[in-house]
Amino acid sequence: MDKNFAARRRRDLFVAAALAVIAALAPLFVKDVYVQNILILTLMYAALSQSWNILSGYCGQISLGHALYFGLGAYTTALLFMKFGVLPWFGMLAGGTLSALIAMGLGYLCFRLRGHYFVIATIVIAEITLLLFHNWDWAGAALGIDIPVRGDSWLKFQFTRSKLPYFYFALVLACVAWFVTWWLEDSKWGFWWRAVKDNPEAAESLGVVVFNSKMGAAAVSAFLVAVGGSFYAQFVSYIDPESVMGFQFSLLMALPAVLGGIGTLWGPVLGAAILIPLTELTRSFIGGSGRGVDLIVYGTLIVLISLALPRGLVSLFSSRKGAAR
Amino acid sequence: MLTAEAIIQSLASGLLMGLLYGLIAVGLALIFGLMDVVNFAHGEFLMISMYATFFLFAFFAIDPLLSAPLVAAAMFVFGAVVYLLIVRFAMRAKANAGMVQIFSTFGLAIVMRGLAQFFFTPDYRSIPQSALGGKTISIAGIFLPEPQLVGALLSIAAFGALYLFINRTDFGRALEATREDPGAVALVGIDKNRVFALGWGLGAALVGLSGAIMAIFFYIYPDVGASFALIAYVTVALGGFGSVFGAFAGGIIVGLVEATTALILPPSLKSVGIYAVYLLVVFIRPRGLFGSM
Amino acid sequence: MTALLETRGVWQRFGGLVANSDVSISVGRGEIVGLIGPNGAGKSTLFNLIAGVLPPTQGTIWFDGVDVTHMPAAERCVRGVGRTFQVVKSFETMTVIDNVIVGALVRTTVMREARRKAHEVLEFTGLAARADVLASDLVPAEKRRLEVARALATEPKLLLLDEVLTGLTPTEAQTGVDLVRKVRETGVTVLMVEHVMEIVMPLVDRAIVLDLGKVLVEGKPSDVVRDPKVISAYLGDRHAQSA
Repeated sequence: MDKNFAARRRRDLFVAAALAVIAALAPLFVKDVYVQNILILTLMYAALSQSWNILSGYCGQISLGHALYFGLGAYTTALLFMKFGVLPWFGMLAGGTLSALIAMGLGYLCFRLRGHYFVIATIVIAEITLLLFHNWDWAGAALGIDIPVRGDSWLKFQFTRSKLPYFYFALVLACVAWFVTWWLEDSKWGFWWRAVKDNPEAAESLGVVVFNSKMGAAAVSAFLVAVGGSFYAQFVSYIDPESVMGFQFSLLMALPAVLGGIGTLWGPVLGAAILIPLTELTRSFIGGSGRGVDLIVYGTLIVLISLALPRGLVSLFSSRKGAAR
Repeated sequence: MLTAEAIIQSLASGLLMGLLYGLIAVGLALIFGLMDVVNFAHGEFLMISMYATFFLFAFFAIDPLLSAPLVAAAMFVFGAVVYLLIVRFAMRAKANAGMVQIFSTFGLAIVMRGLAQFFFTPDYRSIPQSALGGKTISIAGIFLPEPQLVGALLSIAAFGALYLFINRTDFGRALEATREDPGAVALVGIDKNRVFALGWGLGAALVGLSGAIMAIFFYIYPDVGASFALIAYVTVALGGFGSVFGAFAGGIIVGLVEATTALILPPSLKSVGIYAVYLLVVFIRPRGLFGSM
Repeated sequence: MTALLETRGVWQRFGGLVANSDVSISVGRGEIVGLIGPNGAGKSTLFNLIAGVLPPTQGTIWFDGVDVTHMPAAERCVRGVGRTFQVVKSFETMTVIDNVIVGALVRTTVMREARRKAHEVLEFTGLAARADVLASDLVPAEKRRLEVARALATEPKLLLLDEVLTGLTPTEAQTGVDLVRKVRETGVTVLMVEHVMEIVMPLVDRAIVLDLGKVLVEGKPSDVVRDPKVISAYLGDRHAQSA
C-alpha cells in the first residue's frame, strides 16, 4: 500500500513535469498573440486558484476575498517601482510578504468565525480595501497607476515586443504553486489542514493546533496570490483598484478550483485549463456584442458542473483509483 | 455643515432605507433559517423584480404600487421553481455540499445577469413617472422621499405579516422545527420539498415586493443586484443567519450606519461604515446579533 | 507512584446548572477505569474537562504529575492524552489511513514514519483491510474503531473512551471489549465513560459512579453493582425515563 502511495505521488510529479514541458514548447506552435494571451491568463489563474485552494480547499476556510492579496501584490510592486525605483522582483517579494503578514493579521481576527460569517467577512474586508484604494491619492486613487515602460528588460520585468517572457513566468508560477501544493499535500501541514477542514474539534484532540494550521495556510496562500498580482501588474502595465482588487478576481480564483475539484491537487489546473479559455473565447466570439451570451454559457456550465460533479471535474479521472483524490 | 437638522434628516432617510434593506434581505434569512442554504442569486432576484416592475409600467402603464403584488406573486412562482429545478438537487450533493449550494446558486446568478443583458440590454432604465416617484413629504421640517417612506411602511407591514405567518401556520412551525433540528421536518411528517419550495417562493416574493419599490427610485440595469446583494448578506449576517427578525434589525442598523457614514466620509466610502460595523459585530458576537451562540 | 490522572475538587457550572460538583478522582497507571452513571450524571462534562475541551470553573486537573487545568486539548494530546468522541468525528473526506496519520503526526513529522505507525495501528485495531477507504464509507462500528485507532496513533499514556461500546451489536461490542483489553496490555491506561453498566463491568478494574454531578461510589465493579446507592440512582434514572 505504501508502494501504491509512493507510486501515485511519483506519477503526479511525472505528469506535472510532462505537462510543464508541453506547455513550455507551446509557443513554438502558437504564434498568435491573442491565443498566447489566453495561455498566459490560463497559467496565471491556474497558479492563483492553486494558491486559493490551499486555504479554501485544503484547510476549508472559504475565502471570497482573495482579490485583496492579488491587489496588494499588484499595488506593492507598482508603487515601489514608481515611487522608489525598486525593481519588480523585489516588489514581488515585498508584496508577497506583506500579503502573507496581512493574511495572518486578518486570520487572527477572522478565524473564529464559522461558515458564512467567515465568507462574508472575507468579501467585506476586500471591499473595504478596494474602497480605500479608490480614495487613496498617493496610490493613484480611482485613476490607478500607469506603470512607466522603460523598454524590454528581465531586470525590470517589462516586455513590450513579445509576450513570451510573461508566458514563461506564468508557467513557472503555475509550476511553483502546483509543486508547493504537491509538496505540502504529503506533509504534516497538508494533513493538519485537511483534518481542520473536516473536523476541527477532532483535529484538536489529535494534537493539531487548529489556529496555527489556518494561519499557515493563509500565509502561504496569500503570498502566492500576491506574487500572481505582481506578475499581473507587470503584464498589463496599468492597474486601478477595480482591475486588480475587484470581487471578480476573488471569484475567478475560486471557480477553477471549485469546478476542477476543490481541495485536490489537480482540480485548479484542470478547472483553469477549461474555464479560462472558455471564458475568453465566449467573451470574444459570442460576447463581443455585449449581450451577455458569454455569461449565460458560463453560468449554465457552473450550475451543471457543480450539481453533476460535486467533487469537481477531477472525479471523472479519479474513479479508477478510488474516490479519495 | 453638520447641523442638528442635517443629522436628523439623514438619520430619518437612513432609517427608511434601512427598513427597505431589511425587506430586501429577509428572503435570504428565511431561506437560510429553513434549510441552511444561502442563495447567492439573491441580488439577481431583486434585479428581475425591478425589471418586471419596469416592464409592467412600460407596457401596461401599471404603477409600481399596483404592480408590487403582481411582481411578488410572479417571484413566488419563480422562487419555487428555482428550488425545484436547482436547489433541490444541490442539497442532495454527496460531497462538498456547502460549495455546491454556493456555486449552483452563484451560477444561476450569472445566467440571470446574462439573460438580462441579452433581453434587456445593459442600458440603465428608470420609471420616469409614477404615483410616488420623485415626491417628498415634509414632516416637522424633515423631508422624506415618498417611495422610501412607502417602502419602509410596506417593510414593517411585511414583517408583521411574516411574524403572524411564522407563529400561526404549519409552515412557521416547520421553520422553527428545522431551525432547532434539521432532521425534525421529516419527523413532524411534513413534506420537506413542499415546505422548502414554499420557503423559496415566499423568500422570492418578499424580494419581489422590495424590487417593485426599488424600481420607483433606483436605476434598473443587469448588474443592479450585485450592489444590493452584498448589503443583503451583511444585513442577514448582522442579525444572525436564519433569524428573520434579525434581518429586520440588521436592515435598520445598516441603513442608519450608511447614513451616518455618508455624513462623515466622502460618499464613495459610505459602504465602508456598513462593512466595518459588520466586522465589529461578528468579532464580538461571531454569530451575529440575534444568532444562537 | 503517583496517579496518572487526578482531578482535585473539580466544579463545572453552566449558568445556574452545576454539572460537576467537587469531583476528585484518580486513575492509576495501567488501570482500566469505568466512569459510569445515569443520564445527566455529569460524565460527559467531566470527560470533556479531562480531555481539555474547556477548563473547569473551579479545581485542578493533574496529568502525569503536571497541572493541565488550563492546557488546551492539542497540548494535552502531545503530553499523552488520547480521546474518542461519543458522536464519532471522523475526517470524512479523508481515507482511513490518512485519518490515522493525522494522529501519528503528533510524534513525528517524517511522513514515512507516520505512515508506518498508522499502518501498525490499523493492523492492531483490525482496520488494515479498510485503510484506503474513505472514512465516510465506513459502517458505524468501524468508525468507532477508527476513533480508537486515531487516538492510539498519538501514542497516548491515557486513552479516554467516550461510550465506544454503546449502540453496538453484541458481537461488535465483544470485539470492542477485546480491543480495549489489548490496548491495556500495551501499557496504555484507559478511562472509559459508559452509560450501560452491563457492558463495562466485566472489563474495568475499577468503577467510578457519578450521580447528579458528584462521585457517588467508587470501587471494584462487583462491589459497585451491588451498592444500594448505585442501584437506586440507576433505578431512579430508569423510572424517570419511563415516565
